[in-house]
Amino acid sequence: MADQQEPGLEGAADDPLVRPYVIAQGRERGNAVQLDMISVVIAARADVDEMALEPEQVRILELCGRPQSVAEVSAHLDIPVAVVKVLLGDLISRGYALARAPYTQQSPVSRDILQAVLDGIQRL
Amino acid sequence: MESNVSEHGGQRIPSAIKILIAGGFGAGKTTLVGSVSEIAPLSTEEVMTEASMGVDDLAGVEAKTTTTVALDFGRITINDDLVLYLFGTPGQKRFWFMWEELALGALGAVVLADTRRLDTCFPAVDFFERHQLPFVVAVNCFDGADRYTEDEVQQALSLGADVPVLLCDARVRESGKAVLEALVRHVADRMATPV
Repeated sequence: MADQQEPGLEGAADDPLVRPYVIAQGRERGNAVQLDMISVVIAARADVDEMALEPEQVRILELCGRPQSVAEVSAHLDIPVAVVKVLLGDLISRGYALARAPYTQQSPVSRDILQAVLDGIQRL
Repeated sequence: MESNVSEHGGQRIPSAIKILIAGGFGAGKTTLVGSVSEIAPLSTEEVMTEASMGVDDLAGVEAKTTTTVALDFGRITINDDLVLYLFGTPGQKRFWFMWEELALGALGAVVLADTRRLDTCFPAVDFFERHQLPFVVAVNCFDGADRYTEDEVQQALSLGADVPVLLCDARVRESGKAVLEALVRHVADRMATPV
């Protein structure tokens, strides 16, 4: 468990706890795209106009050459999950990335999925 | 809306499923995640703003605090189409509001019990019972800790007879695998569709 310290009142200009919200331009939600912590995302296009994107979005797309969950993107780039969701939501709505929803209670797991999970664990 | 496209340029986008690893602070959650994960456990941070709870409130002064909650997680690739994530849940009580989101859609949970402080896993047991999320209790056998039998733990935690209790060593992959297998079988039993 990491330190649970609160950020200082006078955070430094490059305080990592502050800056992500600046790059997300104050939005709390990325348009209509609802991402979960384990939504899996992948970069969708080779022709990326980097000038039209935030630098962090370019880094996300580079990371998502292979499928990654929102949580993994957050961990690898050291950007809070909520901010990653906003940046990714924007990328998805502009066609730069694709996402696949996780299994949820709205789509209960089937017997086949349980068997696959069991097999996967046993193969470890 | 989230795209449901699962095929992209010949590369499949897998879907994901998650299992929670809960238990008191220091019960070995991250150790268990690490012993079965195919990657070194990752840590992601969520910045939370929460209203402070009475006590040190100063009238008229900003009554919100910002807290960073760290979540440790690991990954197991099941097949081309499915990835399993293991999330260690933050142990402290004040982060319980996060459990709601974490529990949503989870396949099930492992409650890691530390026999030196068995009471620290009561909150997790209560939470999963209340949310009807299938769980197993894994007793992490620390060196030098009191050893209990599965039955003793079952009684001490007032668990339903159908809740599996296992002894484990969270540091050992085979032991961690056995815990996860027990959970998946328990989920299957609850669905009345034996695997």
